[in-house]
Amino acid sequence: MAAETEEIRGIGHSVRRVEDDRFIRGAGNYIDDIHLPGMLYMAILRSPYAHAKLNGIDASAAQALEGVIAVVTGELMAQHNLAWMPTLSGDTEAVLVTDKVRFQGQEVAAVIATDPYIAKDALELIDVDYEPLGVVVSPDQAKAAGAPLIRDEKEGQTDNHIYHWESGDKESTDTAFAQADRVVSLDTFYPRSHPSPLETCGCVADVNPATGQATIYMTSQAPQLIRTVFALVAGLPEEKIRIVSPDIGGGFGNKVPVYPGYVIATAASLLLGHPVKWIEDRTENLISTGFARDYHMHGEMALKADGTMTGLRVSLDADEGAFFADAQPSKFKVGLFHIVSGSYDMPTAHVSADGYYTNKAPGGVAYRCSFRVTEASYMIERLVQNAAYEIGIDPAEFRTKNFIERDQFPYKSATGFEYDSGDYQGAMDLALEKVGYDQLRKEQAEARKEGHLIGIGLASFTEVVGAGPHKDYDILGIKMNDGAELRVHPTGKAILKISSQTQGQGHETTFAQIVAEELGIQPEDIKVMHGDSDDTPYGLGTYASRSTPTVGAATAMVSRKLRDKARKLAAHLLEVSEDDVEFEAGRFTVKGAPDKAVTIQDVAFAAYTNFPDGMEAGLEGVTYYDPPNLTFPFGTYAVVVEVDADTGVWKVDRVVAVDDCGVRINPMIVAGQIHGGLCEGFGIAAMEQITFDEEGNCIGANFLDYLLPTAWETPRFELGETVTPSPHHPIGAKGVGESATVGSPAAYVNAVIDALWPLGVRNIDMPLTSGKVWEAIQAAKAG
Amino acid sequence: MQITVKVNGADRSADVEPRMLLAHLIREEFGLTGTHVGCDTTSCGACTVLLDGRPIKSCTMFGVQADGREVTTVEGLLQDGQLHPIQAAFKQEHGLQCGFCTPGMMLTGSALLAENPSPSEDEVRWAISGNICRCTGYMNIVKAIQAAGRDMAAGPAETADATVAS
Repeated sequence: MAAETEEIRGIGHSVRRVEDDRFIRGAGNYIDDIHLPGMLYMAILRSPYAHAKLNGIDASAAQALEGVIAVVTGELMAQHNLAWMPTLSGDTEAVLVTDKVRFQGQEVAAVIATDPYIAKDALELIDVDYEPLGVVVSPDQAKAAGAPLIRDEKEGQTDNHIYHWESGDKESTDTAFAQADRVVSLDTFYPRSHPSPLETCGCVADVNPATGQATIYMTSQAPQLIRTVFALVAGLPEEKIRIVSPDIGGGFGNKVPVYPGYVIATAASLLLGHPVKWIEDRTENLISTGFARDYHMHGEMALKADGTMTGLRVSLDADEGAFFADAQPSKFKVGLFHIVSGSYDMPTAHVSADGYYTNKAPGGVAYRCSFRVTEASYMIERLVQNAAYEIGIDPAEFRTKNFIERDQFPYKSATGFEYDSGDYQGAMDLALEKVGYDQLRKEQAEARKEGHLIGIGLASFTEVVGAGPHKDYDILGIKMNDGAELRVHPTGKAILKISSQTQGQGHETTFAQIVAEELGIQPEDIKVMHGDSDDTPYGLGTYASRSTPTVGAATAMVSRKLRDKARKLAAHLLEVSEDDVEFEAGRFTVKGAPDKAVTIQDVAFAAYTNFPDGMEAGLEGVTYYDPPNLTFPFGTYAVVVEVDADTGVWKVDRVVAVDDCGVRINPMIVAGQIHGGLCEGFGIAAMEQITFDEEGNCIGANFLDYLLPTAWETPRFELGETVTPSPHHPIGAKGVGESATVGSPAAYVNAVIDALWPLGVRNIDMPLTSGKVWEAIQAAKAG
Repeated sequence: MQITVKVNGADRSADVEPRMLLAHLIREEFGLTGTHVGCDTTSCGACTVLLDGRPIKSCTMFGVQADGREVTTVEGLLQDGQLHPIQAAFKQEHGLQCGFCTPGMMLTGSALLAENPSPSEDEVRWAISGNICRCTGYMNIVKAIQAAGRDMAAGPAETADATVAS
């Protein structure tokens, strides 16, 4: 019965990706590739002003243009109660303006036409009467006396303050600072950036006028959640809404929220009875969709004379834009920023945060990051380096002195997290060894004598991912639990349906490998389906490095559920008791008689053809996973730079990245994720920035102004790994998609500051353009 | 305007507005959706195709400018149903993640290899510096292009092997 078994390509195998077969042929199916019969095209008119009263819209000339089917305004949307919608943070957001515009690029009107060129032509013909108002572009301006009130439509809103949020213990932290031998502080601004996936956002909304069925093809990282949001926004019955995320050309957080364009296109399709396609151009993407960061932070560390950390105090102002639309768990106003004590055994800590409305685009998303962990990691790792220099200890030695040690896990942090597992010293030791730290320090000292500036920067980050346990983690009240459904067919081939949505992470390959590991079916015999809300179990989607911690766990658990049934079937086929059946790599054998065996394929066939009396037919199951805790990936990154003091130009010589993400399912894919994060981290440190002039004009509205790293600037990466499994995850994995974006910006900046510290430079805010570096050197020289 | 373009070896005719961009001509009129549009400002290279064998950004040319000329898109890389070595190498070396930049990257890479069959890492990085990838950090794209060069030098028997392996 049992054939000779070949090795199962489960966990730990660098299986080449199944999804690549379509992508390398140009046969992916991205949103703009979808064409439906009778489809119309939508273009959006956006405000040139950051803050202006809307006195009126004259769309008659646009309406008269041949090929224009309709012009949609806020007034029309208001008639259907759709002019405003809820945000993922419980605020409201305008879909189309009815009263005033609140940021440059806000949606003012939409044209539906038979051709995309005509739709854009018609935008030029719409005459809007704006009355400009005073503009607020920073938290400082937002809180100033007499500042223009941005959200005047909100009842009870009398200023631009959104929330005050605290974490940790203020009293004990104040005491620690009062008793400190030394206090080191750092003020730093983490600038606004943008995830900029290479594919912009868009949708094709197809509402069938006969049945009321709404199928919306959408660039979404979370189709099931979005279906529920649509039901709540539009009042449509949820069973008649189908959200389909086709192939997604990168997300990085940008494709989590619901944008006005999706809602307008759906409303237009409903009203016109035709499918409506809307595809953003790059400028629309950069000026109106989910931005990242924009945190003004102040950090202080209390220390004993010997360099032991005794307390941490961080306060921040968050610039949220015109609507509070952060995509994050409801309970936490600044995401998981309170992980800010990082990898260190911090006896006490206190975080205080205030959010402000400004006349800037809304939608603070975590750009390849788990809910503001990047800002926290940057704060602590920059502060640690400055503190080490202030007290005169080498930054590596200072970290060793204060790391949470291996035997302290599970570790309860001062702000309430329970870190699952870690070996921070082990990861740093490997990074130091790989980069040749001691030798580099000697070379650095020699180079300094010659006037050459070499910098060595470290970052020993701890992430917090995999949200999350139902007690604390929900979005709009929906618990952040995820599902996996597995069906094994009679021939032993399987379909796995998952609630997370890949945007390049390779789910169609890795999730099949988890099933392969648990059931012994080869990954190429397992089809992974995702992205269609009609045909996948419920879940909250892919972002915040949560797919492996949540859906990966659900996949392992549903596989085990099927394995339990398969064992019963095997016992029936082998005519022994279930207790006498052993399982390994797809073979069920009889204890003590290993030649008596059946394969998982034999068992799958029996599940439909030869099952015992009293057993249900089939080999299928579904599992929803409620994580018992979050997971805490970590690592140490070491960056070596050279800085030209005359020009401020700096160049990266080495990047060594040691990551510990627990068990690696597909090492090739994990390495690819780390490469990508290190590149995006470099972009954030060196060049990416969205800024605004005093009138609220967005600077960074295209890829000529918003700079992204190309292959030419991007450093080469040297990777290393340690493996400390998560003790609570079924396969010991922790998630890795974002570690490198979270950990690396501080390493790049620390390296530049390390080079410049002897000159007196203490901080430069990102991005570290050569002009800013040069100015910092000049300012330090001037004393 | 009536135009005829040789697309992936076959003459294709269309009656288009003079303002229609080449990227849209390829995608909408010819139905070849492997050519992607990422930025509209000639910055990202997702729309790269070969025009008479040289990589150009099809979002910054009018379709009518391609009249009488030869265009190769990603769909034209496949030869007699067989993967081009660069396609096989991108899979083998994990040179892609979301796949959106991949057609442009492979076409730019194939044009480089046609001129320089054995490029150094710096030569590859310079050649693809007009193509942005947001996912991979470029490490494996560079490796894939170099590996494709080696496979092409080794001849067709070797390249066939590079398609599977896991």
